Amino acid sequence: MFTVLFLLFIGIGIGYVFRRVTFLHQVEKTVSYTVLLMLFVFGISIGSNDELVSNLDKFGYQAAFLAVLGTMGSLVGGYFAYRFLFKKERRNDEE
Amino acid sequence: MKNSLLIICVFTLGGMLGAHHWVPSEWVKGNTTMLILYALILQVGIGIGSNKNLKEMLHALNFKMLLVPLSTIAGTLLFSFFASFFLTHWGTADCMAVGSGFAYYSLSSVLITEIKSASVGVQVAAELGTLALLANIIREMISLLGAPFFTRVFGRLAPISAAGINSMDVMLPLVYRYSGKNLVPLAILHGIILEMSVPLLISFFCR
Repeated sequence: MFTVLFLLFIGIGIGYVFRRVTFLHQVEKTVSYTVLLMLFVFGISIGSNDELVSNLDKFGYQAAFLAVLGTMGSLVGGYFAYRFLFKKERRNDEE
Repeated sequence: MKNSLLIICVFTLGGMLGAHHWVPSEWVKGNTTMLILYALILQVGIGIGSNKNLKEMLHALNFKMLLVPLSTIAGTLLFSFFASFFLTHWGTADCMAVGSGFAYYSLSSVLITEIKSASVGVQVAAELGTLALLANIIREMISLLGAPFFTRVFGRLAPISAAGINSMDVMLPLVYRYSGKNLVPLAILHGIILEMSVPLLISFFCR
């Protein structure tokens, strides 16, 4: 957790100091590739965890159900927060 | 949708390689995912720092923004409450404790197992802990895979709310990509508030 925030601020520092270097503006593309790589490795580590895979059938459905409902609830919450906080922006979008 | 499909394919391919142990386990043992995550966060930071509108972005943070983590918490708990009507094996508070993980599977599963064993015994506590682990891993996957779709249906805060605790780390690259870079500070605030709420809510629901 701490490392993540620390790295984020290091990155912000580097980006700010070198903000005139156009090469750094390619960062949005490299982010997409790194996301794919990370999920590939995450997949490998979940798949190779035998204990987790063998437990999947026992609690899998209950867990999936709870996960889907929890996520849906947060999406509904996020939707209302968005409507409330970004009224102006949405009006501009619609115009 | 193209992005979600690509992510699902890459993730499933990785999962299959792992399940058949076709990849030397030393490759993924330890912190490979973590190290890639660090590389990502550094790039996200560079993106924020080199952004011309950095100052405006920081000004966008204000007290009203606390509404976002509060909505995530309220929505998740309400729907976990609904879920408990269908999961007769578990009580209402159990389901809400699992929901209170907000995709923080490592901490929530351990905490639930710890606190619950005092009242219901080690076996049931471990089961609920496993359920919390799986449910919160699945939530992380849903939020990562569905980000492009959720943004279109529920607006720009959707990737942040769905991600729960991960809005400040794993999800940051996707927030950056789909919600826009000006919402990255909000995503970090959201993650920090949720991280503080996880132990509080879990100890409340596991009493």
